[in-house]
Amino acid sequence: MKRREPGASSESQRTQATESVGRREFLSRSLPAGWVLLAALTGCGEQTGGEGEETAGAPEEATGGGAETAVPEASAAAENPLAGYDPSQHNYAMAIDVDRCIGCGRCVEACKTENDVPREPFYFRTWIERYVVQRNGHTVVTSPNGGISGFPPVEEAEILRTFFVPKLCNHCSNPPCVQVCPVGATFKTEDGVVLVDHDYCIGCRYCIQACPYGARFLHPVTRTAEKCTFCYHRLVRGLVPACVEMCPTQARIFGDLDALSSPLARFQRMHKIQTLKAHLNTEPKVLYANLDGEVS
Amino acid sequence: MRQQVSRLTILFAILIGALVAARILLVPETFGELGHFRATAIGETAALPIRYAGRAACAECHADIEENRAGGRHASLSCEACHGPGASHAEDPLATQPEKPVGRDLCTLCHGYNPSRPTGFPQIDPAVHNPLQPCTACHEAHAPEPPVTPESCSGCHGQIARTKAVSHHALLACTTCHSVEEEHKLNPSASRPTKPADRAFCGKCHAPDAQPPPEVIQEVPRVDLSSHGGHYVCWQCHYPHFPELR
Repeated sequence: MKRREPGASSESQRTQATESVGRREFLSRSLPAGWVLLAALTGCGEQTGGEGEETAGAPEEATGGGAETAVPEASAAAENPLAGYDPSQHNYAMAIDVDRCIGCGRCVEACKTENDVPREPFYFRTWIERYVVQRNGHTVVTSPNGGISGFPPVEEAEILRTFFVPKLCNHCSNPPCVQVCPVGATFKTEDGVVLVDHDYCIGCRYCIQACPYGARFLHPVTRTAEKCTFCYHRLVRGLVPACVEMCPTQARIFGDLDALSSPLARFQRMHKIQTLKAHLNTEPKVLYANLDGEVS
Repeated sequence: MRQQVSRLTILFAILIGALVAARILLVPETFGELGHFRATAIGETAALPIRYAGRAACAECHADIEENRAGGRHASLSCEACHGPGASHAEDPLATQPEKPVGRDLCTLCHGYNPSRPTGFPQIDPAVHNPLQPCTACHEAHAPEPPVTPESCSGCHGQIARTKAVSHHALLACTTCHSVEEEHKLNPSASRPTKPADRAFCGKCHAPDAQPPPEVIQEVPRVDLSSHGGHYVCWQCHYPHFPELR
């Protein structure tokens, strides 16, 4: 009330003075508090990262210490497998011959074992689908527990044609999941593999929604996004992905798109190749041969 | 006026300082080195332990088995597909022993009959194929051969056999229409069975004046070969393994 009175200038100046002192006081008190809060927050964030590592089951990475001790240890452990490995020399891709898949589920089993994928149904980095195109024109697609323990019998009189299709992350050259990640926790490596940074993922599930192939899921324990890595930890050691190694009929062929003479190069020469949902322009690097038009 | 400017300057300086501090404190060390992600994350994924050692590691010690398998029907199988993950065994052979599958469950994952499997893949019906006997009682798992050459084609062409069994052609042997060399049983893709090459072949039963074999007691559908079907061979429209389909 007093401030609005035009005549009372000395009073109003005094009021302003007390106000500005109050603001300064507020700032001078709140700034250190803000710094403490900021420091606490960053400390907490890095600590949670450490806990995530622990639950993910990486015993050789010490998680007991603070964030500043954990980070150099992790990078030191990480430099070993990458020593002598030049990602610029590779451009990985997988080919799948649908006509060779017998639906035995050894790839699913191998993937779950190799990558510690939760055993419950619905968590798969790779899985097998059975397509039954019926005589009435309907197509029935089933994948009981990802096909890990085979497929139940099907009414044969209804079958027009039927086949198995192995599926996995397509490691797109133009990956929608990477586009939508708000924090840069999923990315494409130089050698063409799409990976997830589990310490940096905030579990928002945008990538799971963005993937047109349903290749991602949220890990039930770490609550971070999970997907096929092409067994990146095997690639850097000169091995092929576990599913490729285990496939009894060589329905999966792994290799380098840049190599001129390789099983993958021969496969591409000898077969008509299709990719899944090519119209989405994701440019998949999982190449299918003998794929039926019903498959999407 | 000057007071406001200096206060604003201080405020902006604090805000910019806070932003810079937040970036230094919150953005991980290697973020942005290779792209919009933490570069060390690649190494962390690459450092994960392997569980499957790979076939080359197995062959280092088990060369005899590898030799046994060469050229056999399981030559292209990875050892760990049946014996389970063996990286720990490869590292320290005494630490863990890979499992030796017994019984029938593992073999039937691949060789149990399933119509969705590609035709030509060897399949059995576990319910009628020597039930209760372990597969290895008759078959050598590392280089399997059928103890006897399959008498019927259904060993590998189960879906065709089952379809034909409930059709009007149930009593026809496969060899009525296909001539199969012995080589096909040993090396299926090297010697392919033949298919009837002309319409006269089917006409032996289905032409208006044809005499079907005496064991055929049902009436046989007759067509006039000169007017029916144009230049097509019969099986290009009809499915002889299930001729009721039209």
